[in-house]
Amino acid sequence: MCLAVPAKIILIDDTDAIVEIGGVTSPISLALMEEVQVGDYVLVHAGFAIEKVDPEEAEETLRLIREIIGSDLFYLTGE
Amino acid sequence: MKQLEEYRKKELVVKLADRIAQRSSQPVTLMEVCGGHTLTLHKYGLLSLLPSNITLISGPGCPVCVSGQGFIHALLNIVSDPSVMLATYGDLLRIPSRSRSLETARASGADIRVVYSVMEALALAMEHPKKNVVFAGIGFETTAPLSAAVILQAKEKGLKNFFVYSAHKIMPPALSWICSNTDTISGFIAPGHVTAITGTTMYEELVSKYHVGVVVSGFEPLDMMLAVSMLTDQAETGHYCVENAYRRAVRREGNTRAKQIMAEVFETADANWRGLGVIPGSGLQIRPAYGMYDARRVFRIHEPALPEPEGCLCGRIITGRATPAQCRHFGKTCTPETPVGACMVSHEGACSIWYQFKTPSRL
Repeated sequence: MCLAVPAKIILIDDTDAIVEIGGVTSPISLALMEEVQVGDYVLVHAGFAIEKVDPEEAEETLRLIREIIGSDLFYLTGE
Repeated sequence: MKQLEEYRKKELVVKLADRIAQRSSQPVTLMEVCGGHTLTLHKYGLLSLLPSNITLISGPGCPVCVSGQGFIHALLNIVSDPSVMLATYGDLLRIPSRSRSLETARASGADIRVVYSVMEALALAMEHPKKNVVFAGIGFETTAPLSAAVILQAKEKGLKNFFVYSAHKIMPPALSWICSNTDTISGFIAPGHVTAITGTTMYEELVSKYHVGVVVSGFEPLDMMLAVSMLTDQAETGHYCVENAYRRAVRREGNTRAKQIMAEVFETADANWRGLGVIPGSGLQIRPAYGMYDARRVFRIHEPALPEPEGCLCGRIITGRATPAQCRHFGKTCTPETPVGACMVSHEGACSIWYQFKTPSRL
């Protein structure tokens, strides 16, 4: 029910937008969003964008996890 | 997003689980509040990676599961009116209420349409001006702003045949209820998409009042393992607080615009939760200013207090007081094909998930 998936905005027309999710495009509403731009990632829930998704924060959390579990995994993940 | 693959990487998940095992020295019970989290835990086999002294129990974060028998009964009454077209999310169709369901009502000729989004319900109202289109509004803070936004659109378009039957609920009162009625839970894996809307501050009172940990989590396996790791650390140190393990989507202040729209249309009211009973201030009803869109008011809906099916443990399961395997109906008289209770209907219901992934009765 609270399922929401990250999608990339590829077109904006006022409060409507077209997003791309896994290679498929679909129309969504931006009625609940402020200040989004083409190229931004948003969480899409039942046809609405409900929040932006920040790729930099996604990276930062991964960095934190690698720090927590130790440096040995830097090799496993190819970094 | 390219990072999502990393969040599903087995090596990272296993390593994090190993770290949890190393740091965990005492029995700890954590509640995953959201049905989506239950699904991730079972789908990726995460429970088998965790040490035996960490127990995860399912919570009340499945909107279909917490909608009481009275709600389904009221929907069945609404659709008996031939002027009504009911628009609903698909999960509600198969919940039984006294041997009936919306699915059987539809087979008998009731006009019931399954929609993916409340926007489709609005479109149905525009396409069918002679019908009174009623949208069955279930869901928590993630979903309620959508209903609110569409009510504002209906007003803007001057629609007079669109109504929302709000059974929307909010999370904090339910979590407080659980803390008041059980003393075994030391931490909550908080629902990521509810919190994307609300922000993280709404959990602060829970932490200070009940001395429990709260970690907001995303829905990938690594997200959840990180949340368990953080809650384990909190339990080990006794330093309970609100932490955010889903920073890519959740901000401290949440989605301000969505919260404004929700507050414009809805006000809190008492609400009935399956298994928890009536919790003061835990529901969202449509404000009088938008009363012409309120199906409860327009159709004078009465939600009777109906008992659960005999022997059904859904109410205890969604409050973490029983597991699906402890229910005598589970896997016997209650299966996804012949559900007895709501937790077997929703794909986010604990019973449905345990059944689908053949979860062992003792983890």
